[in-house]
Amino acid sequence: MARKVPEINGGSMADIAFLLLIFFLVTTTMDIDKGITRRLPPPPDPNAEPPDIKERNIFTILVNKNDRLLINGEPGQLRNLRSEVKNFIKNPYNQEDLPEKKMEQIEYLGEVSVSKGIISLKNDRGTSYDMYIRVQNELAAAFRELKDELAKQEFGMKYEELSRKEYIKAIDKAIPVAISEAEPENVGD
Amino acid sequence: MGKFRKNKEKGTPQVTTAALPDIIFMLLFFFMVSTVMRTETLLVKISAPGATEVQKLEKKSLVSYINIGPPKQENLGSKARIQLNDSFARVSDVREFILAEREKLDEADRQFMTTALKIDQDTKMGIVTDVKQELRQVGAFKINYNTRQVAEINYY
Repeated sequence: MARKVPEINGGSMADIAFLLLIFFLVTTTMDIDKGITRRLPPPPDPNAEPPDIKERNIFTILVNKNDRLLINGEPGQLRNLRSEVKNFIKNPYNQEDLPEKKMEQIEYLGEVSVSKGIISLKNDRGTSYDMYIRVQNELAAAFRELKDELAKQEFGMKYEELSRKEYIKAIDKAIPVAISEAEPENVGD
Repeated sequence: MGKFRKNKEKGTPQVTTAALPDIIFMLLFFFMVSTVMRTETLLVKISAPGATEVQKLEKKSLVSYINIGPPKQENLGSKARIQLNDSFARVSDVREFILAEREKLDEADRQFMTTALKIDQDTKMGIVTDVKQELRQVGAFKINYNTRQVAEINYY
């Protein structure tokens, strides 16, 4: 009873697939968004008093409208910023004018001295975005290098090579990325 | 000897093309999966600054974009403008934009919302600071400064 259904010719399948392929090739954008991730502080509470932070614990960076740097009150160079920040956070010789440390018990690391240092970054309205990102990049690099050093010392590999979440968390706790962006003032437009 | 000659006369056998559709389909699926449809047209010129310490932006559905740069259309001047969705906007519009974007997400995902700032490198920080202040007010704390990845920064 059943009539034989003629076989469908599959020869043009490749053509159809090609057509679709070319459509997707043309519409595809392959760029993966990359960037520097930061967390903004919550808006200041007008009633709350500004936190009392000792001067030795603050590392101030000012970028003026000519893209010049003022680091801790002295003119500075971008190329030296990274090592200065690292030295500030590490305070290897426990100097009096560099930040305090507090000993903390951290899982997987044991007793670690955590720096209380804070980087304060301030810019003018006329600062170029390019310079701002350069400074942010140097700060990110400094903290990444510090994390790498600690991870190498404790786990024998770089921070980004760590696979266990607990280890990453422990390192993050031992070296908190303390970058504070000062409340903007409308100067230098 | 005759045996060998016979073989040669046959010539090379035709290459079978039966697997061609499969190969093409494979490529097709690859591109279908990796495609991100372009949803907005940029009205501003953006050449992102270079940086070495970049992180990939994950979960694109949780990211909303704010573009800042000089307008592409030349008669609009060269001062940096903000683009939200498909139109120019003022700093005061950022709040509404973020609230609308947040509304689109699931309740559980809202805390992970990231705002990507795509900003031209020649922009002055004034407008960027204003936008950042707005973001702080509206509670969009997680931001990402969009940058190009470069191997090395040249200091000058």
